[in-house]
Amino acid sequence: MADLLILPVLVPLLGGLLATALPVRSALVGTLAALATSLSGLGITLLVWLHGDLGTVLGGWGVPLGIGLSADGLSAALLAMASLVALAISIYAGSYFAGSAQARHFWPLWLLLWSALNGVFLAADLFNLYVMLELLGLSAAALGALTGKREAIAANLRYLLVGLLGSLTYLLGVALLYTAYGTLDIGLLGERLGPTPIAATALALMVSGLALKTALFPLHFWLPPAHANAPAPVSAALSALVVKASFYLILRLWTELFAPIADIGAATLLGLLGAGAVLWGSWRALRAQRLKLLAAYSTVAQIGYLFLFFPLLASLPPGTARDDLFAACVLMALTHGFAKAGFFLAAGLVQRKAGHDRISELGGVAQRMPATTFSIALAGSALVGLPPSGSFIGKWVLMRGAFETGQWWWLPVTVLGTLLAAAYVFRVLSRAFGLEPTPLQFVTNARSEIPALLLAFASVALLGLAAGPVWAILGFGAAPA
Amino acid sequence: MSAQFLYGGAGILLFALGLWSLLVHEALLRKLIAINIAGGGVFHVFIAIAYRGDTAPPDPVPHALVLTGIVVAVSATALVLALHRRLEQAEESAADAEGRSESASASSAAPPPRTPTERTPTERTPTELTPADLTPADLTPETLHPETPHG
Repeated sequence: MADLLILPVLVPLLGGLLATALPVRSALVGTLAALATSLSGLGITLLVWLHGDLGTVLGGWGVPLGIGLSADGLSAALLAMASLVALAISIYAGSYFAGSAQARHFWPLWLLLWSALNGVFLAADLFNLYVMLELLGLSAAALGALTGKREAIAANLRYLLVGLLGSLTYLLGVALLYTAYGTLDIGLLGERLGPTPIAATALALMVSGLALKTALFPLHFWLPPAHANAPAPVSAALSALVVKASFYLILRLWTELFAPIADIGAATLLGLLGAGAVLWGSWRALRAQRLKLLAAYSTVAQIGYLFLFFPLLASLPPGTARDDLFAACVLMALTHGFAKAGFFLAAGLVQRKAGHDRISELGGVAQRMPATTFSIALAGSALVGLPPSGSFIGKWVLMRGAFETGQWWWLPVTVLGTLLAAAYVFRVLSRAFGLEPTPLQFVTNARSEIPALLLAFASVALLGLAAGPVWAILGFGAAPA
Repeated sequence: MSAQFLYGGAGILLFALGLWSLLVHEALLRKLIAINIAGGGVFHVFIAIAYRGDTAPPDPVPHALVLTGIVVAVSATALVLALHRRLEQAEESAADAEGRSESASASSAAPPPRTPTERTPTERTPTELTPADLTPADLTPETLHPETPHG
């Protein structure tokens, strides 16, 4: 049964190869492969839900040489989010790229990206994580430059170089760990690792390399141009999924591998960078002239919130309060995945229909595209953290944790970030209405509008009203009332 | 033992040199070479840690990792070069469009990033070649590497 772990990596890889071999049929092959990948990812999540953690070593080789895969609650939660979001992006892309020459390049790269993403979530050793991260970075940069426009290529060239630097820094940390402890398996390393200088150096190298890839302030400079200039389905995938992969890795390494040395001082540094990201990202989103640039800066801010959890996690002993904080952090990451994907897909539709995405000239979009505007509003309310969205619960637990641990200084950051987020979301919505007559149709283009709408709806209702399963799959008790 | 430290230390030094060069230099080709040097430094470290004395055979795991790492580095280098080629093409076509609209000197978009000696009559017809294209002001680094409006 654990052998099934290979499917979420293998299916999109084979689908991508097939889409390369059959360029004329790439959209059909790609859509079918996307469906199969999504089902396999959800299947693994179900298996983890029913039977607990899974682990396997491929090809019958032992642990040092064989490729180990494993899935626990954290991987399963992110795998499920990625499966649903990527399926919605695939359906949207089928309509977005219909009749365009970009389709035959999109599908192979997109399936390769998906394969690498699932590989990051499922890999059990540090070196395979490096290979998967590199594959993710290469396919993401190639996808981002798909339009062939000068700005897009320049931004994604920079993204590619930054990603390569981040991976290399991570790899140097892996080399140090192998020198000191003689293994690359995350579980074994976690048992052996002690508070030594070499482990501290490895922590600094690996986390800074990954922070560069996840665009933690002030290493976020590459993200806004790269995400804002990509085609809409690619922007959604980059913002919702690709930055989450390196964040997932930081969270896992920090809490499992480096627990003996990741003390409150190091965690506070991450928290401070997160606070900077929340304030600076939200401010730049408020000042952005273009809808997609606004969404990209909002991603910088939302990544910042996730890092505010680290100092609180470090100062709490293991117990219910710490479990709640951990689950709330994961819940915020999942909510942002759904909300930002929905936001970018809807922004892409606006850009297609209006021919631009300048926020000041969006008047009348609400009447011309009611479902799309509704998606932006729903996803926006999840970005702000209005109830009942998942990020409302996340921020609630975050602020409660800040009270309980006496670290009150994270409270004004959260409040100010929320206010700024409300300002930038309502700035878009207030411009979207015009004096045009309201049409009779709510949905104007079902195949591209419904995926965006469903994603936005999931971020608000599915994760907010039904947050319990996130706690359950992470192996914790009931969600906080 | 000292040979191992020398080799590993040289690896760390190469990584630091590559990192410094990547951050300092503007030209893309230099950045690419710098990142390859930094990667070579990391591979050096891996090869050094495989050493287990003069009699015992070396640890095969780091060697396998370096082989995989080289494959990744080669593909990444190829992708950077391919994207750079596309960027040059996009800039050339943008500059050509600029030349046709005869507003090259007034607009913020960049003129072609080439020196006058590289221009051949077959690439541009004489009517498209205006004196404004050849002024030294057009060849400053700012115009060759235009900032994206939101960078």
